[in-house]
Amino acid sequence: MSKFKKKSQSSQDIPTAALPDIIFMLLFFFMVTTVIREDEILVEQSLPAAEDITKLERKSLVSYLYVGQPKEAKFGTEPLVQANDAFIRMDELILWVTQERDKLDEVDKNQMTVSLKVDKDTKMGIVSDVQQELREANALKIMYNTPQLVKDDI
Amino acid sequence: MARSKNRGNQEVNAGSMADIAFLLLIFFLVTTQINSDKGLQIKLPPPLDPTQPPPDIKMKDRNIFKILINSNDQLLVEDEPLNDPYALRDMVHEFITNNGVDPKQSDSPQDAVVSIKADRGTSYELFIQVLDNAQGAYYKARGGVLGISGEEYLGLDAKKPDEEKMIDRAKDAYPMRISIAEPNKLGGQ
Repeated sequence: MSKFKKKSQSSQDIPTAALPDIIFMLLFFFMVTTVIREDEILVEQSLPAAEDITKLERKSLVSYLYVGQPKEAKFGTEPLVQANDAFIRMDELILWVTQERDKLDEVDKNQMTVSLKVDKDTKMGIVSDVQQELREANALKIMYNTPQLVKDDI
Repeated sequence: MARSKNRGNQEVNAGSMADIAFLLLIFFLVTTQINSDKGLQIKLPPPLDPTQPPPDIKMKDRNIFKILINSNDQLLVEDEPLNDPYALRDMVHEFITNNGVDPKQSDSPQDAVVSIKADRGTSYELFIQVLDNAQGAYYKARGGVLGISGEEYLGLDAKKPDEEKMIDRAKDAYPMRISIAEPNKLGGQ
């Protein structure tokens, strides 16, 4: 009997050595799944909010265009269009659309969506110029990227 | 040799490792922001064929709901000035759900067109508000077909067959015909 008692008293704490492994697993999961912003944004981006917004189903079909006033003063104060990592001229937009479309699978080519992230202080002139170019390039599905408007005044 | 036996437990205390990993985990949870792909979707008209003259479309005046925005962000809705863009939601909703009752409003939802024309100097923020309210009115009308609210209509999942049928039915009843005209250059940049 004395033998049994001695053994049961020897170690009573739960082994926690495996806990870090579990936490690391969670950590790696989050590190792998979350996508850190691919493009460095060179223009001001405070998007206007809208109430009835819809969600895009497939992210792989979306290309982004950023419009707004440049963050750095050396680029001037007029709003510019940014695609991927650099500013883009209006006449380069059609080429850009073609390049973006080439990245997609054949079946998805006409499903391509261009997401416009436009700063709220931008005027409509440049936005409509971009739209005209996209129309020429046959990229007809576009989306004005906006966060959800939270109504607090009711 | 006897010495090492005396030490007994040789494990490194790994309990605090969990704390460090937790700290990292929380750091990543806080700093990573999920890119939200949400917004107002529109479809642009196909490009015009330069060899062909632009098609001459005749429409009854009552079937067009005109929204004009000038470079000072002032609204002219159906030839009358309007101050609050949020009032547009009910006006557009009334216009598209008229079904020929009021002689000034649309004949039927299939004929109704909401025309938004901005100036080059109009601010993007106001344009989004106007477009949002016009689209919101359509979603509200579509929800009304199914007996649900506009938000509930947007919450329907097109991947589920029964809900897809509901969406198709609502889309047939109220096709979204919002025309965004090319802005004029009166106001300048």
